Amino acid sequence: MTTGEIRRVIIIGAGQAGGETAQRLRQGAFTGDITLIGEEPTAPYQRPPLSKAYLKGDLDMDRLLLRPASVYVEEQISLLTKTRAVWIDRANRKVRVEGGRELPYDALVLATGGKPRKLPLVGADLDGVHLFRTAQDVDRIRARFKAGAKLIVIGAGYIGLEVAAVARQCGLEVTVVETAVRPLARVTSPEVAGFFLDEHTRQGVRFVLGGQPAVIKGQEHVTGVGLTDGAELPAEIVIAGIGIAPDVALAEQCGLKVENGIVTDGQCRTSDPNIFAIGDCAARPMVHFEDRVCRLESVHNAVEGAKIVAGVLIGKEHAEEAPWFWSDQYDLKLQIAGLFQGYDRLVFRGVMADRAFAAFYYKGDRLIAVDAVNRPGEYLGAKMLIQTGRTLAPNVIADTSRPMKELVASAR
Amino acid sequence: MPKITYIEHNGKEHVVDAPAGQTVMEAAVKHAVPGIDADCGGACACATCHVYVDPEWLAKTGEQNSMEQSMLDFANDVEDNSRLSCQIKVSDALDGLVVRLPKSQH
Repeated sequence: MTTGEIRRVIIIGAGQAGGETAQRLRQGAFTGDITLIGEEPTAPYQRPPLSKAYLKGDLDMDRLLLRPASVYVEEQISLLTKTRAVWIDRANRKVRVEGGRELPYDALVLATGGKPRKLPLVGADLDGVHLFRTAQDVDRIRARFKAGAKLIVIGAGYIGLEVAAVARQCGLEVTVVETAVRPLARVTSPEVAGFFLDEHTRQGVRFVLGGQPAVIKGQEHVTGVGLTDGAELPAEIVIAGIGIAPDVALAEQCGLKVENGIVTDGQCRTSDPNIFAIGDCAARPMVHFEDRVCRLESVHNAVEGAKIVAGVLIGKEHAEEAPWFWSDQYDLKLQIAGLFQGYDRLVFRGVMADRAFAAFYYKGDRLIAVDAVNRPGEYLGAKMLIQTGRTLAPNVIADTSRPMKELVASAR
Repeated sequence: MPKITYIEHNGKEHVVDAPAGQTVMEAAVKHAVPGIDADCGGACACATCHVYVDPEWLAKTGEQNSMEQSMLDFANDVEDNSRLSCQIKVSDALDGLVVRLPKSQH
């Protein structure tokens, strides 16, 4: 597939995926024009700390930024903040931004991310009801994070639980409402979810599992959440952590193939060879998982997409890493490698009571994922195995008398 | 402000002003020093900010913590002076620190 000489790259979306793409193009000695377009007011920043150190107040905006704004100037990356791309003209290879300005491209990278899902409820627009996606969202929340305040978190995914953990550490009264019967239902096994449920419960978080929010109550400011069973929970702050919808508006407008996210090949190319899509908004075949098409919402996926696209554009192949994720809650560091969906066997190394254990997910004989809690060696070892297509027998991996490093070295 | 020198595997030197309180990893990433990927942003989740601390500085940078040690167990080309730079906090005492970067972080 030839696209001719690439002199002008436009990246829409100045999150981690977009920012890393620009950076890696320059590090890879790309000398053409790079324009990075983002709606937010700042240079690209890291999102993971938003629900951790930034929410807690341990990290300021300067440290949150991936790189200071001055680096974009030094590297001649044209960073357009507070700018919304509104139209893609594929035939003439142009992007129109709000205000009417048109920018030509040879290669276009869509790194548009996702929009947090709003609660589909009466009262969702009341003061004190928050979404959780941007630094600005968190700045507003932080101003209200006072000891003793009543917080309801709707949604018990990683973001919801991380927010609950920080809130407890800040002395808030926290209730988590989750429609599923257990937390983390989409992202881990019932066993590991149960461990986190116990930990949060011990830390004083209340859970309403299988709870269906029906209405957000309040006049101007939120006063509580009403559930479908008639229960009413008081609250001064409500945070919705019910996931994101991939931002595919521009891709749809210009007629790219979109399913659950913008569909790409393994090189992150969309159905238009001059347009790439990466990060939370895109779905691509996973090389370590039989090319299953996945849309992953993670730093790994954002950075990986940036590396792949930069590699394609500068003609340098990138060897993909197995997917990885992490979550920090209280003093627990959860590190995840691989994709656990479709597992048929779960094997533990170490025990939960020690608050340091690893859960290995198998499909047949094959190791497909690990959830490691305070067990970084098990996480990295398993990641390496998954990346290289090796496995270890379940009885071997569970044998704590042998160090993980030795086991990994013996794996075939 | 403390100055830190990063020496790429190919010998290229980068001298960076590193504010006290940040980590040795952050100072490198914020100044776009090639060779420190630090994909996870310092959460000790990726082991891609591996450096070799110049032997003269080992006493001042302190020792590997246990999480770091477990991560380094699986990194490439680990030496006695290997550290994850996200776990070294910059302070005035580290003014002049020299770290070398491995051939690859993966």
